[in-house]
Amino acid sequence: MHIMEGFLPIEHAVGWTAVSAPFLVWGLRAVGRRMREKPEQRMLIGVAAAFTFVLSALKIPSVTGSCSHPTGTGLGAVLFGPAAMVPLGTVVLLFQALLLAHGGLTTLGANVFSMAIAGPFAAAGIYRAARACRIPWRLAVFCAAALADLTTYLVTSLQLALAFPDPSGGMLASFMKFAGIFAFTQVPLAISEGLLTVLVINAIAGFNPREFAELNRVTAQEVRT
Amino acid sequence: MKRFLNLWLVGGVIALAVLPLWVVDRPAAGPDGAEVEIFTGADGQAMEFIAKIAPSYTPWAKPLFTPPSQEVESLLFALQAALGAGFIGYYLGVSSGRSKARREQGGEAAC
Repeated sequence: MHIMEGFLPIEHAVGWTAVSAPFLVWGLRAVGRRMREKPEQRMLIGVAAAFTFVLSALKIPSVTGSCSHPTGTGLGAVLFGPAAMVPLGTVVLLFQALLLAHGGLTTLGANVFSMAIAGPFAAAGIYRAARACRIPWRLAVFCAAALADLTTYLVTSLQLALAFPDPSGGMLASFMKFAGIFAFTQVPLAISEGLLTVLVINAIAGFNPREFAELNRVTAQEVRT
Repeated sequence: MKRFLNLWLVGGVIALAVLPLWVVDRPAAGPDGAEVEIFTGADGQAMEFIAKIAPSYTPWAKPLFTPPSQEVESLLFALQAALGAGFIGYYLGVSSGRSKARREQGGEAAC
């Protein structure tokens, strides 16, 4: 999902940066407030960041014959709400833009929007909806993480289609093509991301059932089942 | 099923990563005899597609720093994963110890 440095026309680069900036401010304040009010959750916020670090470094082969990577933003979004993931995801994207020439500073706004905003907000919304339908919490976490991953890649496809409409078929043809490159490749990876997120959240919940129940509106009884 | 849930989860992830290596066939070599590369990055493919539909577009910025070789790049990716995995491992270790201590304390209190 990384749009490489310089690969968005300048108006698009500026536009996405302007869209993402307020979310980043909101996210920074959300994380700051949480750290002040619940200092015992600091480590767990670190875990959410670390999970994104690991998952976005793993380039996994897919059935389409190309490689891509999961995003890892679903975990933090389910635990702390979507706003908290904006600064955490931005740190990861900045690391990759500066040290790995993966993504870039001019495309940071667009990449933050797809990975650190669209994904986490999708995850939190899906988790909440799934819980409202009384879906067991582990399954809800799986759906949230997997669909957030797919959302990120669909948003990237949309961003590229807006910037580079197909000369004959227009934006839609271009979107289908980018989605073909990104989203199909991503389906098995999204499933992997869902499974890994459940694995980690299982461990967190198993060791800290009370704190987890407090974070998630899941009863301590449910955590044990 | 529930008892071995974590094993199933790990197994699923491994299967999903390994299956493509086995299922995807390398297309026949092109007329120039060069082997077709498979499992290249989707990011790179998208950039190639841009070059195809908008041949006149030239990227207007270059990365400030590009890893000097594939090896250095994989070093940095491994570092990124190791930092993350290290922290998660540390957290789980600490909370496992804490949960054990809590259980032992609770056990004594019950006696």
